[in-house]
Amino acid sequence: MSGPQNAMPPIPGTHLFDGDAAAKGFELNAMCYSFNDAANRQAFLDDEEAYCAKFHLTPQQREAVAQRSVLGMIAAGGNIYYLAKLAGIFGLNVQDVGSMQTGASVDDFKAMLFAQGAGQSYEEAHGAMIQKEKVHG
Amino acid sequence: MAEIVGAYFTSHVPAIGGAIHKGLQQEPYWKPFFDGFHKVHEWLAQVKPDVAIVFNNDHGLNFFLDKMPTFAVGAAAEYHNADEGWGLPIYKPFAGHTELSWHIINSLVEDEFDITTCQKMLVDHALSIPFELAWPDVEAWPVKIVPFAINTVQHPLPSAKRCLALGQAVNRALQSWTGDERIVIIGTGGLSHQLDGERAGFINRDYDTFCMDNLSVDPAALTKDSIHEMVRKAGTQGVEVLNWIAARGALGEAPVQEIHRNYHIPISNTAAATMLMEPA
Repeated sequence: MSGPQNAMPPIPGTHLFDGDAAAKGFELNAMCYSFNDAANRQAFLDDEEAYCAKFHLTPQQREAVAQRSVLGMIAAGGNIYYLAKLAGIFGLNVQDVGSMQTGASVDDFKAMLFAQGAGQSYEEAHGAMIQKEKVHG
Repeated sequence: MAEIVGAYFTSHVPAIGGAIHKGLQQEPYWKPFFDGFHKVHEWLAQVKPDVAIVFNNDHGLNFFLDKMPTFAVGAAAEYHNADEGWGLPIYKPFAGHTELSWHIINSLVEDEFDITTCQKMLVDHALSIPFELAWPDVEAWPVKIVPFAINTVQHPLPSAKRCLALGQAVNRALQSWTGDERIVIIGTGGLSHQLDGERAGFINRDYDTFCMDNLSVDPAALTKDSIHEMVRKAGTQGVEVLNWIAARGALGEAPVQEIHRNYHIPISNTAAATMLMEPA
């Protein structure tokens, strides 16, 4: 099922949501899509195990959700547009999700965004963020 | 004959909706972004459009992975927003222009574009927020809409070249429309940003500047990169610039001039941009 883009050189830190990922992640994304409905968000909060079982999540998907591991969910085929709805249940915004994926604190992740606004390249701003995490993290 | 009065392009980050809802437009974080809309308001008051052709992308409100159209065109009498999962307010509904929708659909299929037609289509923040930004505090939208949804979720995505060609085909459809409406073209999304993966927070000012510098005068320059290369340069969600490219195409092949630009980093995780163009 791999498409031609799989022959392209990978983009570091980037996971293209292609046919393989979409097939792998179908159940997880279907569950997240259901969170457009407030009653479903509540049902998840009331009994997460049962709700995940209802959507037939794979063990890999179930574990990633249980651990709140965004990178784990992406590896299990999750798509960020759908995963964001799960993050919303926990009151997390995209800076929180960025922090979870980069291993930086939310404040340092936001500082990295501001540094790019102040004219730094992503490489400079990201390098400074990682350095800071090594010292203080 | 209908007149295309120009085009309006802007980012559509959900957090902008939160800022509008809380009245934060003059807070230091938001002011540089919202100040870019004074000119948009003046321009819209001058050109007085009554129809908007809107190119945007669905974020998992209307479309799921069970059916994922590459190009979807609305043909509804009314379009509604709905809960997207984050507790944002639900935005006002939009009146559709069904006759124009079907005219465009007929023309596109005649032109060999294989589109999906939608007599029902929920519209998400990608459409609502640009409208809230353009026409703040109105009770009802002053324009009817024909919405296009371009797949930016599931690869393979349509190429930039194909999106430009789609827009140009929409322009041909508008040229053959016999109504006398004043039409504004709207492109939403971007610019560079990435929400997912270890590279989350990636922004690329140089690429955005390239896009903004060329969009009016040489839109084909934006179509030379493959989708893979666009993801590399703009980020996984930066490919939303496809909506801008399609919208630019819908302005037609005659010269256009940029009349306004605002660019600010960051809004949420995004390099937020706003532009206006009109026929030269």
